[in-house]
Amino acid sequence: MAIRLEHVEYKYSEGTPMETEALHDVSLEIRDGEFIGLIGHTGSGKSTLIQHLNGLMRATGGDILYNGESIYREGFSMKELRRHVGLVFQYPEYQLFETDVFSDVCFGPKNQGLSEEEIRARAKEALELVGMGEEYYKRSPFELSGGQKRRAAIAGVLAMKPEVLILDEPTAGLDPRGRDEILGQIARLHKEQGITVILVSHSMEDVASYVDRILVMDHGRLRFDDTPRRVFAHCRELEKIGLAAPRVTYIAHALAEAGFPMKTDVITVAEAEEAILCTLAAEQGK
Amino acid sequence: MGIIKTEDLTYNYIRLDEDDKIREVNEAVKDVNIDIRQGEFVAVLGHNGSGKSTLAKHMNALLLPSEGTVWIDGRDSKDGDALLAIRQTAGMVFQNPDNQIVASVVEEDVGFGPENMGVPTEEIWKRVDSCLEAVGMSAYRSSSPNRLSGGQKQRVAIAGVMAMEPKCIVLDEPTAMLDPGGRREVLRTVRELNEKKGITIILITHYMEEVIHADRIYVMDQGQVAMEGTPEEIFSQVEKLKELRLDVPQVTELAHELRKKGVPLSPCILDEKQFVKEILEARAR
Amino acid sequence: MGQYYPVQSPVHKLDPRTKLFGTLVLIVALFVADNLFCYLLAAAAVFGIIAVSKVPVKHILKGLKPVIFLLLFSVIFNLFLTDGRVLVQFWIFRITWEGIVRSVLMAVRLIFLVMGTSLLTFTTTPNQLTDGLEKGLRFLKVVRVPVHEFAMMMSIALRFIPILVEETDRIMKAQTARGADFESGGLIRKAKALIPLLVPLFISAFRRASDLAMAMEARCYHGGDGRTKMKPLRYRTADRAAYGLMFLFLAADVALRILL
Repeated sequence: MAIRLEHVEYKYSEGTPMETEALHDVSLEIRDGEFIGLIGHTGSGKSTLIQHLNGLMRATGGDILYNGESIYREGFSMKELRRHVGLVFQYPEYQLFETDVFSDVCFGPKNQGLSEEEIRARAKEALELVGMGEEYYKRSPFELSGGQKRRAAIAGVLAMKPEVLILDEPTAGLDPRGRDEILGQIARLHKEQGITVILVSHSMEDVASYVDRILVMDHGRLRFDDTPRRVFAHCRELEKIGLAAPRVTYIAHALAEAGFPMKTDVITVAEAEEAILCTLAAEQGK
Repeated sequence: MGIIKTEDLTYNYIRLDEDDKIREVNEAVKDVNIDIRQGEFVAVLGHNGSGKSTLAKHMNALLLPSEGTVWIDGRDSKDGDALLAIRQTAGMVFQNPDNQIVASVVEEDVGFGPENMGVPTEEIWKRVDSCLEAVGMSAYRSSSPNRLSGGQKQRVAIAGVMAMEPKCIVLDEPTAMLDPGGRREVLRTVRELNEKKGITIILITHYMEEVIHADRIYVMDQGQVAMEGTPEEIFSQVEKLKELRLDVPQVTELAHELRKKGVPLSPCILDEKQFVKEILEARAR
Repeated sequence: MGQYYPVQSPVHKLDPRTKLFGTLVLIVALFVADNLFCYLLAAAAVFGIIAVSKVPVKHILKGLKPVIFLLLFSVIFNLFLTDGRVLVQFWIFRITWEGIVRSVLMAVRLIFLVMGTSLLTFTTTPNQLTDGLEKGLRFLKVVRVPVHEFAMMMSIALRFIPILVEETDRIMKAQTARGADFESGGLIRKAKALIPLLVPLFISAFRRASDLAMAMEARCYHGGDGRTKMKPLRYRTADRAAYGLMFLFLAADVALRILL
């Protein structure tokens, strides 16, 4: 179930003096079962990019292939594509509308035209996957806390059983624990259900500890497409485009520059700790 | 008495059912005693739902205490006659940048507060000029707020509050909806106001990196003040903060973990340079 | 009504109250008009203002598009249903000399009306217009019309409409991603499909309204009493001159009607 982008281009108001390029020659492939982080500052084109993946926006140039088939081919069902590629927008408030959580989660499967029984089973399963027990089923989605609203919104998309789940900044505005809980839940989904996940985020620290591949967008172009370790090794270039490596990476660099011999390609606190202890132990051994 | 002082402040959210009977009483804030001095930079930390926003709204008489008292520059917030004076003394910046900008032109929005206060026209213009300058938004004075980034909108909102010439500005999660760039912009602006103009700042947030430069921190949990102290005092208690659904900066966490493994470091490191220095010292030993 | 056309011109610089009053004068003049000379005078006035305003005539004519249907309707209505000297007759239709005259005058009247009012919105920003209405209608306060409140509501609506439009687009996309279909189906199905769009939109609008009310309160807003203005409206020499011209125009119009 791969999605392949070939030289995708998107221009706003094409052919008018207001023309602006939001995506420029983006080529990449999203393979089955990957956990991808998509980063870039506001206006870098990341939102535009994800909306292309499920056909909400239409490329003005290039092609997008879903399982080797162009999604712009005559007769290709966008509705079908959206069932396979689920997209959860940043604000859960944009999609929650039913009187209770359970009915809201049923909305997606209902649109797929499934049987009543199947719809209920799907909703139940999806709510379970995001860790919302029966006590939430009859509650109004508008009375939930920020973190719970996000879970309900994610469940609403999961109930459609997508193969690819795209989350646009699922942790914005949450407190640190809420952030860790949501990210942990997403990581579990990826691991246990084998869902391909694309996580759009502003936080390098979050991305560093969860994903296995990072896409960096800047001015509509794909700047980096590599493992977190290798992407964060370019911390100078990242800074130039308004991004940064995780703080620990900088600390490791600062230590190395001050003459403390340690490896600098650390991207999480645990890795940094291990590297520092390793150096200290080696020197004590001498 | 400081610029803002609360005494046994309690606030109950009362939810009524269809027959106007009390269904639920929710103690959003309970027995809070804080005292903030003129010129201080105070941070209020707490997870979502810890009561920090409810507390903030008491500092500007948007909410009135169910029990206890709040004084703003010596005025009791329950004194109805002092309402406008209180709101002029303690300005407030909110979370959502869009929902607090009233006018369709930047400069007109900055002038909105002074207009309400009945400031003469020439004086309004003077204030608008200097406040836009102070937040670095003069170049956008004739723009529509809809064309600005989140960080720029928040700076306009701050200018709008400054134009009322308050002694104190309460910022209720001003960066929660911004990207990292916007967050830095707003924080830099706020720190400058505190340092250069001596305005008391009360910053409510759950981003730890934003509070390490504060003079003092209150940590809220379940409507009560759970911790109080300088950043060093607060951040040395990594485990307790995590219990309260909070976090510490990466450098502090790294130092904390290393210390647990026996590396001789100070109990609370907030600064990366200091961390490097101490590691080098530990190595030399 | 046309969107503000941003150029510098003497008409743009006029006080919004002057322009509002001028539009009123034009409307009155057009209804008073009943002969060719009156219309010639009105044409001279409208095209004169357009020339001074620097808004291209083509741009203003574009503003007529939405009223073309109304225009045709009134022309046909007058053409066939006016009694008088019959010129042409076929089946049940007949065209009279009076009908032709009346439909032409009707069309001219309507065209000038639309051109005049769109000239107002082309040369005045919505905010100026609101300010002008607030101050110009202040006398209504005597009869307890909350003029200030209406003006404040209008200016807030102007600020939030673009935000809500954008938000509608995002909600639509979020629901489309969940398989919602806003296009196909009959009328009832289409109306039902709007629920997932309207509920989040209304909730968001209410939330914005309550946030904004709180933010305004926090900035000492307490109605129009004791409020000063950052940009108070003041009549200048040009406004006085414009008022003079308006009265001359109206007097000439009335005189032409009575004398001819």
